[in-house]
Amino acid sequence: MTGRSEWSEISFEDRMATTQFDVHERPHIVVDGAVCTDCSTRDCIVACPADLFVPTADGGILFNYEQCFECGTCYLVCNREGAISWSYPEGGYGVVFKRT
Amino acid sequence: MTGFDVVVVGAGPAGSCAATVLARKGRSVLLVERGPFPGSKNMYGGVVYPRMLDLLHPEWWHDVPYQRWITRRSTMLLTETQAVTLDFRTDAWGRPPYNGMTAYRPDFDHWLARKAEADGAELVCSTTAIGLLLDGDRVVGVRTDRPDGDVTADVVIACDGVNSFLAKEAGLFGAVDAANYTLGVKETISLPKDVIDERFGVRGREGVDIEILGGTSGVNGGAFVYTNLETLGVGAVLKLPALAAQSTRPEAIIAALKAHPAIAPLVDGGELVEYSAHLIPEAGLAMIPKLATNGMLVAGDAASLCLAAGIWLEGVNFAMASGMYAAETADEALRNRDVSVSGLAGYERRLDSTFVLRDHRRLRRVPALVLSDRVQHKYPQVTANVVERMFRVDNPAPKPGLRRIVKEERRRAGMRWRHLARDAWAGIRGFG
Repeated sequence: MTGRSEWSEISFEDRMATTQFDVHERPHIVVDGAVCTDCSTRDCIVACPADLFVPTADGGILFNYEQCFECGTCYLVCNREGAISWSYPEGGYGVVFKRT
Repeated sequence: MTGFDVVVVGAGPAGSCAATVLARKGRSVLLVERGPFPGSKNMYGGVVYPRMLDLLHPEWWHDVPYQRWITRRSTMLLTETQAVTLDFRTDAWGRPPYNGMTAYRPDFDHWLARKAEADGAELVCSTTAIGLLLDGDRVVGVRTDRPDGDVTADVVIACDGVNSFLAKEAGLFGAVDAANYTLGVKETISLPKDVIDERFGVRGREGVDIEILGGTSGVNGGAFVYTNLETLGVGAVLKLPALAAQSTRPEAIIAALKAHPAIAPLVDGGELVEYSAHLIPEAGLAMIPKLATNGMLVAGDAASLCLAAGIWLEGVNFAMASGMYAAETADEALRNRDVSVSGLAGYERRLDSTFVLRDHRRLRRVPALVLSDRVQHKYPQVTANVVERMFRVDNPAPKPGLRRIVKEERRRAGMRWRHLARDAWAGIRGFG
């Protein structure tokens, strides 16, 4: 054993940088933060594997679609009708896996 | 783009196999893929079981882009500090026709789609199907996001993956329940080949697949470690409501798995080269939608045909088979000039008479059992404690006897006989 392993040191930013995303200018997922303000569970924040849902100081949720795996976890765990409008990115854009 | 006999949406294993069968039967078939190349959107938990390839591409092993042949298959129970492993190995699985292989899906799926193309299917990538074209209650094609992107076809085969918006639009799913899905998250970790060979006890192109119960930081699900040629796949499969209900994020669950004393020596020093995530339709028969409507069939993950039954974790083979049977059915319906839901009824008959639905029916009780709280949180601990005490030498105290150990550990875990009996019966019925 060599003491601390690589995983304990890598930042989330560096982790996400290992995956290729070809970002289209149009967001394929839109989150209506107004619906989120009175949500007490906020399951998206813990469940999104790309950590794209960030709580804001004023009780809303900030969302960025750019490093999305297109997995579908967020709309499945979300219990607020209308909070997440989910679709796939334009053809040819979005996540590009290589060694998965 | 108009006027195909069949349009297949999604160039994963289901779609490419469907397109191959149809092209060989002389049908005009368009294979639409939203990624820049087939497989670019796909990840999985590690192993392709290739018997269906024998039927479609005999001696496929000469050119398949594989990583390793699985010659060691382990099932591991993890507690916080212990591990119990059942380890099977045979050299026979390292020789043709091979029982299973690891492969990068962007390589494997791409290869399979090129085969369909070579057989005459038209493959169009970078094209997202955004909806169905309907004529009354009949599906007559798909709308894509290309300019003039409507594609008409006599039959649509939706192989558009676990989220299948086409199957949902067609009304084939009832209410979608998050509890039927798990999130798979994976790290691809690079290590030199000789290091992998040494740590996993294999040589040449032999490989190992370790499937794990426990090791998911208390979230119902499972974990895995498997060998590629010069990388490892290390990941967790997490039941969505259980993941959402606690505060540990997916990457932290992988980190804890990699720090476990049974896993750390395998992955130590490896460099993360790719992080990925994907949903898995995990509930088996309970979540399989209607498989056909007028002018349309559903196959692969889009039809929730993934098998997650504890000791069996399969999906690519179910996708390939369902795609092939969907294609045979579509061809038959075109021949009979009846692509209505009754004209397409042969699809379910084909799945019913083969492993696709037979395995799902036989194992219909297993996915819920495997993801149940007792199997997830009690049995690994009790089993590990029993095994630890079996092998621990407590001299000068005499050996306690197995019956006493089991009784004491069962009590310590607060497990009732009737629960044990019920789960044992569910297991016997479920796997029988």
